[in-house]
Amino acid sequence: MKNFFGSKCSTALCAGAVWLLCSPVAVFAAQEAAAAPGDGHPVWFWPLILFVFCFILGIIAVLAGVGGGVLYVPLVGGFFPFHIDFVRGAGLMVALAGALAAGPGLLRRNLASLRLALPVALIASACSIVGAMLGLYLSKLDPAYVQTALGATIMAIAVLITLSKNSAVPVVTKQDAIGLALGIQGAYKDEATGEIIEWKTHRTLGGLILFIFIGIIAGMFGLGAGWANVPVFNLLMGVPLKISVATSKFLLSITDTSAAWIYMNKGCVIPLMAIPSIIGLMLGSLVGVKLLSKAKPKFIRYMVIGVLFFAGLKSIDKGLGLGLLG
Amino acid sequence: MTTEKSKIAPMQEQLTYANVLLWGGWLGIFLMIVSYLLYLSGVITPHVDILLVIQNWGHGVQEYLHVTDSPHGWAWVALLHRGDYLNFVGLVLLAVLTIICYLILFRGYVRKKEWAYAIICLAEVLVLSLAASGLLGSGGH
Repeated sequence: MKNFFGSKCSTALCAGAVWLLCSPVAVFAAQEAAAAPGDGHPVWFWPLILFVFCFILGIIAVLAGVGGGVLYVPLVGGFFPFHIDFVRGAGLMVALAGALAAGPGLLRRNLASLRLALPVALIASACSIVGAMLGLYLSKLDPAYVQTALGATIMAIAVLITLSKNSAVPVVTKQDAIGLALGIQGAYKDEATGEIIEWKTHRTLGGLILFIFIGIIAGMFGLGAGWANVPVFNLLMGVPLKISVATSKFLLSITDTSAAWIYMNKGCVIPLMAIPSIIGLMLGSLVGVKLLSKAKPKFIRYMVIGVLFFAGLKSIDKGLGLGLLG
Repeated sequence: MTTEKSKIAPMQEQLTYANVLLWGGWLGIFLMIVSYLLYLSGVITPHVDILLVIQNWGHGVQEYLHVTDSPHGWAWVALLHRGDYLNFVGLVLLAVLTIICYLILFRGYVRKKEWAYAIICLAEVLVLSLAASGLLGSGGH
């Protein structure tokens, strides 16, 4: 009974939170205040709103199994008064802080594979620098380019999350030459069965090439790239799902670091908005982990896919200046 | 059993990496909270007035830096005595942790004579240091 009640309650809480995130009231409030900046609100007004928003976002992100950055950038970029340059800078710091917080546990339990992460991280982090510089250049030409491209990317991510089917332990019959040369393989203990599961990669070259694009997109839009890392590791390279998810989270701490430095050096990180975002999302993630056993992740996941579609549309609407969504 | 355990056991440097991330990450968060409270409460005067920040965060970064007379690159270090730039200590700590951790891993792979991974670690340190240096992203305004 308690579980049932807990499940209902937490699902309702999250449904309410998702609704709140995209409700016209929240949008109106954000735009009202944006219209009159520095209009007599106490200085803590915007940081507090952002903190509460990101706290809710952190809960939802954990329950939906997505990174905070992928929700943060389109939603805050679409509905808050901040320029997209600062939203991307803060988004990278948010994703970086989340990845750093998760990293120690994943490394200690040996779920994040260094042999898999290190070669991939080198490619992705170098390319995320290119992406960050490209994104800042495009934004300098016209922020609408970045806003519109971000909207299209977010909608593509929503489609990818909807369609992708994971495989718990993919069958890899023969390791390819690159995977073998780099020794990209390992073993982990399945906590449910107590069994030691050994794994190795195939199609490693294809995977490495895809990380060029993943790095560029992560840097350009300030998104964490877990949504792309996991399918590439799991479906293309044949890495077990547990290792894929853990390595992806760890990988973000490296990829986002390089892009975050570019944004910081360019002056795109404003502490007034970045710090409440980071703290809010981290605290929300901690609460989300507590709720994870009670909530219905599938339901939340579908809602988040809906939110991503909406946020993508809003971003495109804002980028093209159509004004259809307010 | 011993073989099974050794198969899934992380190497020592991986555990050190985890510890550095753990303590460094929490220290960064702690510093951010403290410096932010000092900043928001006005205990330490900021370089850019908070109202001016709010009035200009809707503009692009070029315009924002110009209007608020904010520094770029590593010039913020000279403003550490100001409330707003004190916040960068925590932020930068988060961004510098991975570089420190990679140096630890580099030592581990050299010890194990795994040269391919030692070179990858070194290359990553160079990439991250280049990004952090400000040589790539701080021009143009």
